[in-house]
Amino acid sequence: MIEVEKLSKYYDERAAIADLSFDIGRGEVIGFLGLNGAGKSTTLRILGCVLLPTSGSVRIDGKDLASQPHEIRKQIGFLPDTPPLYDEMTVGDYLRFVARLRGMESNKIEGAVREAEEKTALSDAHEVVISSLSHGFRQRVGVAQAIVHKPALLILDEPTSGLDPVQIVQMRELIRGLRGHHTILLSSHILSEISQTCDRLLVIHDGRLVGQGTENELAGSGSGQVELEVVGTTERGLGDRVINVLKASGLVKNVVIKNESSGLVSLTVEAPSTLRPQIVRALVAADIDIQRIDYGAPELESIFMQLTKTSQGAS
Amino acid sequence: MSQILLIARRELASYLRSWNGYIIIAILLAVGGLLFNSAVLGGAEKRSSEVVAFFFFGASGFVPIASVFFTMRLIAEERQTGTVNLLYSSPITDGQIVLGKYFSALVFMMIFLLLTSYMPMLVLVNGKVSWGHLASGYLGLLLLGSACIAIGTFGSSLAKSQILAVVITTAIVVAMLTCWYLAKVTDRPLNDLFSALALHGIHFPPFSQGIVHMRDVVYYLGVTYVALFSATRVLEARRWR
Repeated sequence: MIEVEKLSKYYDERAAIADLSFDIGRGEVIGFLGLNGAGKSTTLRILGCVLLPTSGSVRIDGKDLASQPHEIRKQIGFLPDTPPLYDEMTVGDYLRFVARLRGMESNKIEGAVREAEEKTALSDAHEVVISSLSHGFRQRVGVAQAIVHKPALLILDEPTSGLDPVQIVQMRELIRGLRGHHTILLSSHILSEISQTCDRLLVIHDGRLVGQGTENELAGSGSGQVELEVVGTTERGLGDRVINVLKASGLVKNVVIKNESSGLVSLTVEAPSTLRPQIVRALVAADIDIQRIDYGAPELESIFMQLTKTSQGAS
Repeated sequence: MSQILLIARRELASYLRSWNGYIIIAILLAVGGLLFNSAVLGGAEKRSSEVVAFFFFGASGFVPIASVFFTMRLIAEERQTGTVNLLYSSPITDGQIVLGKYFSALVFMMIFLLLTSYMPMLVLVNGKVSWGHLASGYLGLLLLGSACIAIGTFGSSLAKSQILAVVITTAIVVAMLTCWYLAKVTDRPLNDLFSALALHGIHFPPFSQGIVHMRDVVYYLGVTYVALFSATRVLEARRWR
C-alpha cells in the first residue's frame, strides 16, 4: 500500500532522514522505533503530507505524494506529536469540522462523528469543550480526529506520549481495536509499547533504517544479540573451560569473563537470545553446573541498543 | 469555495467566543467616539458634508490599527498550537487556508465598521447626509481594511508568535503609510512611485470626499491580492522546512 523509496529530508545541511526505503502492506500495523531526534516524526510528517521531502518518492496506493497530494490526503488520518485541537470548540463540533475539512459528504458526517466517538470512548464528552479535557482525553480526541473520515491509512506520532500507565493501556486497547479497519503507522521510543501493538517494527537511527521485522526476526538477525550471564561453581580454571565449551559449540560469538573468584564465575556471553536452550544444553553436557542464566538486558531494548550501536560504528 | 467558508466560519466563531476582538472594538469605538465628539460637536458650526468627510478621514486611521489586532492570531496561532498540521494534512490548498483566514477577519472588520456608523448618522439630527457620500466613504474604509487585513494575514503567516505578527504587520503598514511622506520629500520620478505605493496618501482621501476613482479601487484590490498571494507562498514554503 505504501512504497517509500530513497526518501531524504534535509534541514539546511543536516539530514533528518537519509535514503529511507521501505514497503508497507494493506492492513499492517507498523511501529516506528527510534530515539528522540532519530527522524521518526519527520518521516511521519512527510507521509502525513505536512512536509515535502528533499528527495525520494512516496507512493500510496500507486499515487505519488508529490504530484497528487489531494487524492492522498483524503485517504490519510494524521495525529501529530501534539494533537491539533481547537480548544474553544466542543468535541462534537470539532469532529464535525474535521470531517468536513477532510471532504466527507455532509449526510454521512453525523454518523461518522458518533462512530469515531464510540471507538475512542468519547461519547460522553460529545458536548464538552476541549480546553476543559485532561491530557488523556485530549490524546483520544486526537485519535478521533484522525479516524473520523475513515481513512485507509492512519498515522499516529507518539500516541502514548505523556500518558499515565492506565491511559497507556487504554490507548493500546484503542489502537488494537482499530486494527483491521486501517493500515496503521505509529511511532514510539517506548520499546515495550510498540512490540505489543505492532505486527512489524522499523528501527530508525540517525535518519537511517537500521533494522526491520518482527521482534523475533530482529532478535534472530545477526546484528540482534543479547547478553547471557552464566554463574558456575567448583574447581579452578572453570572460566577457561566454559569458554572452550562455548567456542567449540559454535553457538556464540564472544565470551568475556566478568568476575572469577573461589568457585564462582560470571561471564558475559554474546549470542542471539533464541539460542539460550542450546547454550544451556552444551554446558550441561560438558558437566558444568549453571547457577543462574539471565538475559543481559530486556530483550527489545538490547536489540535496539545493538542496532543503533552497529550503525554508529559503521558511520 | 465551501472549504474556504468552512475555515472562515470556524475562525470567526472562535474569535467571537474570545474576548480579544470585543476589547479591541470597544477601545477603538471609545477613542473614536471621543475624538468625534470633541472635533465635531464642539466649536464652530460646520457643513454636514465636512463633518462626514472628517469622520471618514479619522476612521481611516483606526482601520489599520484594528486590522493589525484582528489578524495577528490568524496563522501564527495555528502554528503556535500545532493545529496548522491539521490544515496541512487535509485535502485543501494553502490558498484556501489563506483566503478562509482573510475572509474571517474581513467579516470582523465589517462588524466594526457597522458599529461606527452611528457617528455619521448623528449628523442626520441637525443636517443632511448624501447616501452616496456614505457609501463611498464606507467602500473606501472597507477597501483600506481589506488591504490592511491581507497584509496582516501575510504578517501572521511569517510569524511564529502573535506578538511577532503584530510587529511585522505594523512595520509593513507603517512603511507603506510613510511612502506618502517620502513622495513629498523626493524628486521625480521617485516621488511618483512613492505616492502610487502609499497606503493612504493619495488613494484614500477621495473616498472620504465622496469620490470613487477606479484607480484607487484597483490599488487597494491589488495590494490585497499581492499580500494574500505572498501569504500563500509562505505557507507553501513552510512545507519544505
